[in-house]
Amino acid sequence: MPTFVYMTRCDGCGHCVDICPSDIMHIDTTYRRAYNLEPNMCWECYSCVKACPHQAIDVRGYADFAPLGHSVRAIRDEEKGVIAWRIKFRNGKKDLNLLAPITTKPWGKEIPQLASVSGPTKEQRDSQLLYNEPKYIRMDEGGLHTLESNGLVIKEGVYY
Amino acid sequence: MAYDTIIEDGIDILVAGAGLGGTGAAWEARFWGQDKKIVIAEKANIDRSGAVAQGLYAINCYMGTRWGENNPEDHVRYARIDLMGMVREDLLFDMARHVDSAVHQFEDWGLPLMRDPKKGSFLREGRWQIMIHGESYKPIVAEAAKKSADKVYNRICVTHLLMDESKPNRVAGAVGFNVRTGNYHVFKSKTVIVGAGGASNIYKPRSVGEGAGRVWYAPWSSGSAYGLMIGAGAKMTQMENKIVLARFKDGYGPVGAYFLHLKTYTCNGLGEEYESKWFPQLQEMVGKEYLDVEASHKTHRPIPTCLRNHAFISEVNAGRGPIHMVTMEAFQDPHLEEIGWHNFLGMTVGQAVLWASTDVDPKNQNPELTTSEPYVMGSHATGCGAWCSGPEDLSPPEYFWGYNRMTSVEGLFGAGDAVGGTPHAFSSGSFTEGRLAAKAACKYIDDGKAAGIVVSDKQINDRKEEIYKPLEHYTINRNEVVAGTVNPNYISPRQGLDRLQKLMDEYCGGVTVNYMTNEKLLNIGLQKMKLLEEDLEKVAAQDIHELLRAWELKHRHLAAESVFHHTLFRKETRWPGYYYRGDYMKVNDDDWHVLTVSRRDPETGEYTMEKAPLYHIVEKDA
Repeated sequence: MPTFVYMTRCDGCGHCVDICPSDIMHIDTTYRRAYNLEPNMCWECYSCVKACPHQAIDVRGYADFAPLGHSVRAIRDEEKGVIAWRIKFRNGKKDLNLLAPITTKPWGKEIPQLASVSGPTKEQRDSQLLYNEPKYIRMDEGGLHTLESNGLVIKEGVYY
Repeated sequence: MAYDTIIEDGIDILVAGAGLGGTGAAWEARFWGQDKKIVIAEKANIDRSGAVAQGLYAINCYMGTRWGENNPEDHVRYARIDLMGMVREDLLFDMARHVDSAVHQFEDWGLPLMRDPKKGSFLREGRWQIMIHGESYKPIVAEAAKKSADKVYNRICVTHLLMDESKPNRVAGAVGFNVRTGNYHVFKSKTVIVGAGGASNIYKPRSVGEGAGRVWYAPWSSGSAYGLMIGAGAKMTQMENKIVLARFKDGYGPVGAYFLHLKTYTCNGLGEEYESKWFPQLQEMVGKEYLDVEASHKTHRPIPTCLRNHAFISEVNAGRGPIHMVTMEAFQDPHLEEIGWHNFLGMTVGQAVLWASTDVDPKNQNPELTTSEPYVMGSHATGCGAWCSGPEDLSPPEYFWGYNRMTSVEGLFGAGDAVGGTPHAFSSGSFTEGRLAAKAACKYIDDGKAAGIVVSDKQINDRKEEIYKPLEHYTINRNEVVAGTVNPNYISPRQGLDRLQKLMDEYCGGVTVNYMTNEKLLNIGLQKMKLLEEDLEKVAAQDIHELLRAWELKHRHLAAESVFHHTLFRKETRWPGYYYRGDYMKVNDDDWHVLTVSRRDPETGEYTMEKAPLYHIVEKDA
């Protein structure tokens, strides 16, 4: 496909270069704009498309099986917590607009700093519990499952 | 080479690779190690890295004990039958009893989980999966990891683990290079948690050219979890348990929500139900134990994923392809149609691109399915990975050496794809394993086990020379030819990858041989792997980006070599539909109801193989 960059929209800001998981968005040294240098290692993950502030990056289906003339666009808005998609079919018969939430809370605010919560007790360290457990496991006052609590025993050399 | 050496010293916990496993580790480590130095080294940018980079539309492992839905032993039973008996039940039970707390945290952090309007519980798409709007799953968990870590190094390709020189078989950190600046990075650390990925692209993909990137698993998952650990001499298990996926053709779009939530089903090219026709023949191969259609109805024991593949592959071979997913019925409901599309957009956008480009509207046409090339990984419906210690309250002596998720190398821990024998962990289970490893790593340090670690300048300098060798090799030899990519002194990383894929495909049961291999083929393949290994010493990188590809290839090669040895060792077809040993077609529980374990000697490259006992802690059926 993979991604390609519109010459007139890209200003070389490098957001796509910063985010691409496959390290294939690079800045072309002549044009000072981004481009995909290794299409056969691109996953169509859309990370660069979503990160581009100018909607300068688009995707074309892989040449070995996808005909030309279609479009799948995305605009992701962290402030509003939504992502909008538009899918246009090659034959023009389908034009879908879809919207999905990406978060239900203000971005990153609800994640605590574990350095500032009170540290673990010796009892917690010696137990099998993780942070915020057992409360967060079952949320019904129930504790951690163990072999004993669940009526299990290790069986040696059992073949079944 | 004129690159700076940057040393980060005094690290307590180094997280190498921060996908879902690594983020879980970094997050949890801060609670148990309030004063410890926690550092992340990630090949990409942790906001979008790992297999969940583009999102996930489901959390595939959630017990729901809160709603009285499942207990950990139910999950052990399910994963065990799906993997035809072969799982580490202690590790699975442990992951399952903690996984809900990770999911409940995700909800608190803002991940949109869908709810069942009637029950109030999370909306399920099957017994183990819950549906989410997961486009931003990875950025959300990355935020948690960033809040806990002292320092996050993005764009570091970790190439090797450092080993302690005062005590054999103890880890002492890792080294790598920055794929932007080229600088050499040294991380001296008391413990390392490997959260790197499994291996895509070690088998020849079905697509060619540009399409080679449209694989099922992320192309940047370069088997580094295995490359790093095998290179350090860690014992590996179940590396023969490669996975083949049935997916929407070409785009590799997910089928789980389609089957389970949209209630679509498959048929052959003639519009007939075909799967059950293959069961009698299949039962002869695997025995009633693993394919009992009646029991699967009565007790919700699933037909193992690989066996469904077998029926698929057999039907196509019989000339009655293609296999279709019947979507035309479900998609008449506008709500289900929307879910069908969202399912792709949230996790495999490429499938939406493909249907838009080929005018496939699943409302009017039943799309084609196919089986993928094999993958080597540890967290989906397969359990490749390192041989790890279990928790003290669940593990028999052979599975327990003191620290949960610690590999056979001291101070080296694993999470996600890195841990062997824990299939069906998926994203939430990988995150949970990271948390478990982090707690254990803190304990390991507090117990004084990491005292007195020595890393000499020689080790650091030797690795540096080794890492940059492909750049040097290119510089020295490039002018011998006029231009182009053909040179008698070197191969490029892409050429090396092409050779690896061809080799794995043809000798180790890839798609073009219908996933079939045998002892003779495996032995020829192993000889060719040795020659490739020699040529990898002559791989040439013309820039830092190619240097990244060169090291990814070396990690893939180590993972692939391990797959060869394991496949040769297990003399049976344990998972027909994932791969077949033509010389041992039947499942042989008398000799092979065991886990396979290997170790590659880091000095000589020689493999030692052994069988490990399989312990059961859960009775057969509920």
